[in-house]
Amino acid sequence: MNWRRAAIAAALVIPVVVIFSRGMKIDPREIPSPLPGNPAPTFQLAVFAPGQPPLERPIGDTVRLADLKGRVVVLNFWASWCLACRDEHVGLTQVAREYAGKPVQFVGSLYQDTPGNGTQWIAEMGGQSYPSVNDPKALTAIDYGLYGVPETFFIAPDGKIARKITGPAPPQVVRHIVDSLLTTSGSP
Amino acid sequence: MRVLLALSLVFATLPARAQIRTDTTPRVTTDSALEARTSAVASQLRCPVCQGLSIQDSPSELAQSMRSLVRDQLAQGKSPDQVKAYFVSKYGEWILLTPAPHGFNLLAYAVPILIVLGGGAFIALAVRRWTNPAPESPSTTD
Repeated sequence: MNWRRAAIAAALVIPVVVIFSRGMKIDPREIPSPLPGNPAPTFQLAVFAPGQPPLERPIGDTVRLADLKGRVVVLNFWASWCLACRDEHVGLTQVAREYAGKPVQFVGSLYQDTPGNGTQWIAEMGGQSYPSVNDPKALTAIDYGLYGVPETFFIAPDGKIARKITGPAPPQVVRHIVDSLLTTSGSP
Repeated sequence: MRVLLALSLVFATLPARAQIRTDTTPRVTTDSALEARTSAVASQLRCPVCQGLSIQDSPSELAQSMRSLVRDQLAQGKSPDQVKAYFVSKYGEWILLTPAPHGFNLLAYAVPILIVLGGGAFIALAVRRWTNPAPESPSTTD
């Protein structure tokens, strides 16, 4: 056996195999966000869809992240033209109701859409239990590194982004994350 | 092809541009400079929606919003590097169309060079072997 040739071949092939094996473990569609673990970008946006009692906020009211310090915040970006948003809407609405009276705030943020379309969509979907705000020019969406909708951010009571879900947020996953954040913060 | 199209557009609008320059020289100069800087930075940022395009080239609304944000930040006095750093802080280094030359990203720069050098060396050795075959061993006869 020509050991010299074998050594040269191994020196060329092994690094390529290592690089490809690393690359093949990566899902090219999954783009990691640098935000989890960091303070959530501040926002103050106006309510265009009030939600329903007991979670409702008046239309025109300003939702400020700074005012929600100490609570778990579930910030969900959505749009009326977003098909996948329909998959999660009912679940989010139901889960939000389950946390009424607890230090949890669900907020919908309209993305690249008009409040009129958003309001109509909510009505078509049977209502939304929590308020939604309008994000003109998508500045808050860009601040949160949004790729598209739906995307849901879970902000811990300390103001840091704990988790991000890209795509429809399953209700059981939302409950699990919210419960873990409440437990970590010491809230019942 | 894109260069030819861009050049033809430039020459086609020269008369109109000359007229505009005559009428509003100071304002156009400032806006043109800001637009040029905006385009330069936007061309280096990937569109999160149309991922193969820069936000300068992408027609998506998000790209337009991001371009507008680039323009606003440059107008506020931020440097191009600061503007790019903002988007990297939100989207990660993936948002840069050209990977930053550090860490694992260096492979993206080194591998093509290594492949060219390695391929060239292989071709040189192969050509040398083909053009200088080993001499045949003399046959032994009684």
